[in-house]
Amino acid sequence: MFQYYLDLAWRSLKRNKALTALMVLAIALGIGASITTLTVLHVLSGDPLPGRSGEIYYPQIDPQDLRGMSPSKEPPSQLTLIDGMNLLRAARADRQALMKGGEVPIQPEQSALDPFYVDARYTTADFFAMFGTPFRFGHAWSAADDEAKARQVVISRDLDEKLFGGANSVGRTLRISGTAFQIVGVLDHWQPNPHFYDLNTGSYAAGEQVFLPLQTMIDLHLSRDGSNDCWGNGGGGTDTLLPADTCVWLQFWVQLDSPAKVEAYRQFLVHYSQEQKALGRFQRPPNVRLRSLMQWLDYNGVVPDDVRLQTWLAFGFLAVCLVNTVGLMLAKFMRRAGELGVRRALGASRRSLLAQLLVEAGVVGLVGGVGGAVLALGGLWLVRQRSSDYASLAHLDPSMLLTTFVLALGATLLAGLLPAWRACQVAPALQLKSH
Amino acid sequence: MDIRPILASLRRHRIPAMLIVLEIALACAVLCNAVFMISQRVASIHLPNAIDEAGIAEVTLNGTDPELAGSDIPRNLAALRGLPGVQAAAVVSTLPLSQNNWGWGFSTKPEDALTNRDSRNVSMYFLGSGGDAALGLQLRGGRFFNDGDYADSHFDKSPLPETHVVLVTRSLAEKMWPGQPAVGKTMYSMPHYYTVVGVVADVLRPYIGDVNSPANYDAAFFPMSAAGSKGALSHYVVRGAPRDRDRLVREAEQKLADLNPGGVAHGRSYAEIRRGYFADMSSMAWMLVLVCVVMLAVTAFGIVGLTSFWVNQRRRQIGIRRAVGASRAHILQYFQTENFLLSTGGVALGMALAFGINVYLMHRYEMARMPWFYLPAGAIALWLIGQASVLGPALRAAAVPPVVATRSA
Repeated sequence: MFQYYLDLAWRSLKRNKALTALMVLAIALGIGASITTLTVLHVLSGDPLPGRSGEIYYPQIDPQDLRGMSPSKEPPSQLTLIDGMNLLRAARADRQALMKGGEVPIQPEQSALDPFYVDARYTTADFFAMFGTPFRFGHAWSAADDEAKARQVVISRDLDEKLFGGANSVGRTLRISGTAFQIVGVLDHWQPNPHFYDLNTGSYAAGEQVFLPLQTMIDLHLSRDGSNDCWGNGGGGTDTLLPADTCVWLQFWVQLDSPAKVEAYRQFLVHYSQEQKALGRFQRPPNVRLRSLMQWLDYNGVVPDDVRLQTWLAFGFLAVCLVNTVGLMLAKFMRRAGELGVRRALGASRRSLLAQLLVEAGVVGLVGGVGGAVLALGGLWLVRQRSSDYASLAHLDPSMLLTTFVLALGATLLAGLLPAWRACQVAPALQLKSH
Repeated sequence: MDIRPILASLRRHRIPAMLIVLEIALACAVLCNAVFMISQRVASIHLPNAIDEAGIAEVTLNGTDPELAGSDIPRNLAALRGLPGVQAAAVVSTLPLSQNNWGWGFSTKPEDALTNRDSRNVSMYFLGSGGDAALGLQLRGGRFFNDGDYADSHFDKSPLPETHVVLVTRSLAEKMWPGQPAVGKTMYSMPHYYTVVGVVADVLRPYIGDVNSPANYDAAFFPMSAAGSKGALSHYVVRGAPRDRDRLVREAEQKLADLNPGGVAHGRSYAEIRRGYFADMSSMAWMLVLVCVVMLAVTAFGIVGLTSFWVNQRRRQIGIRRAVGASRAHILQYFQTENFLLSTGGVALGMALAFGINVYLMHRYEMARMPWFYLPAGAIALWLIGQASVLGPALRAAAVPPVVATRSA
């Protein structure tokens, strides 16, 4: 029966090509626009560490003085060096890492290459194990290397390819900002999006090329990037000077494997704040937060407002297209009152007429879906031509492709429901008589 | 024309009539909001900025030793000034719209703390000697810095410069000392304080909010000596005639790269900085334009499709009217009036919807309130589109010969 309906649908759609084309085009345009924006939204609000993000937390404490305090205020979004080191050494979490972003000159030994700048991440050793970075060669440095201010570096696969043609460069020397570092590891492709661990250095597609111990950076006065907030009369530091103790400028992440540990860690942060207050360092009552990775992204509003606005707009446009399709289908189905009357008179039930018309709507929806997918591919290509930092991420993945067809089919069937129902109400006798 | 028969006929075709009304309403609501968003972005992209945008080429120089700035900067500037076509050259800490912002809270009273509500976050620009001329700042009162101001200023342990003079933009002066002359006033961030020696026309901050943000011009300029700048001065600004600009970008970049083999020099024109800053905004604006055009086209075709169907259904009726004496103009008018009535219903609903959406977006995304005239403008646009799209089917209806009345359907 389904095949028969399909055949009928095909004949009917061929009969009035302009109307059919108009319907398919409207569906395709609406679906194309909404899938394009939805894909961008889907990519931008994705989980940067699938399977792992549930155990990763970002502690916040409030070391500021009493000026400008209000009870509802959020604590600063970064840590001072003292607090960062204290929390790191307390080691109350399963894993923890203190870090900062920067930019360093690489001075290749090959004279064919001019010195160039790359983004760097200064971090403590747990970074790699906690975030599950894949290693192509070698391994991370150890906590002991952190304390020893070791001149050791982990480089990205891209840098390895640029400098060593992709060979195993572990053990070789790399000159960074005038100092010789020993390469201990080469990462495989790893670029979590959003760039969750430091949103101050770009939210998306901001991959570091070198990773080296935080203590080493402090020792060598390597240049820092990102945000640095001070209060009181604290100095913000310059290239060679570290920020004062009244400045927050470091990111601190912890891994907590169970809800009990999360609660215990929260208590620990409160106790730590109380203890620091007793010592006279903190002045405010304890004001702590412990957000999970996804909560942290949400709190920071990493998805640009424009992207959400675009999505709203695209769905408004889809609604216009669907209403339009309802109207056109109504015109199409009502025009076939005669044919439907004959089928009714020959014994077809209303239900089977409805099924027949919905099959026809479904065919329109599927063809529209194909058109929509093509338009979405074009739209995403346009998005990728933009200069924004997330542009390069806009690709249609299989799940979004499936969404395209489900949305197209669902929307068209919904749009076809009212016209089909109306068309089934024909009185067969009346239709037969007038012909 | 009597509209009662039209209404009576519409009542018998409730569903198609409602669909047209709904489609026009949705299109009107989306159109008003999209056009408003476009206008906001276009206004942002064209925010005025009182520097010589057309003539400025910029080269950033990174990776040189900050300790050597005292001797490097004068040598680099001398070389840049020697390039043919250079009218002025100087080194500054950052440029408007460069996204490299150094902000600090200042207030008009010495006792105010940084976090005080009355203090104002100000973007700080540090100018090396001759920076006013290189940027093309426009003086609106007082004076520019003199050689003594430049020579005296340096950085110590604080991120605030050790000097006592400042230039402020007109907007900032108006906000800090409303209704009073700003020259001679002092702004504080204890223990530092700065006396306003001049007021300049509004220069944008390195990083701005949306077009309606009142803080976009809250900027102040401080003198800075090359020797005491501790690496803060890394943007070389070269000013020339607009036609020389692109050549100057290349030559200045080359010159600084040659002079500083360990550093990384990167040149671009100011026009590129502005374009880069607003690139996302302009692509968003173009996308909105595209969506609007396509949506209006879809709406128009929808009206054409539905009205054609309608005309076909009523061929016999039209024939009878023609046979009993209605002229072609009458038939044409009938369909036009019908469409006008439907459009009116649609835009009335659409304006309410547009307003509602705007209120929601204001609440959710900090959008500005849509000025009232967008609503009637959107209404008129959809009226016109409705009339244009009904014209074809209506003319076909008017062409129905009276003899149709005598045939059976």
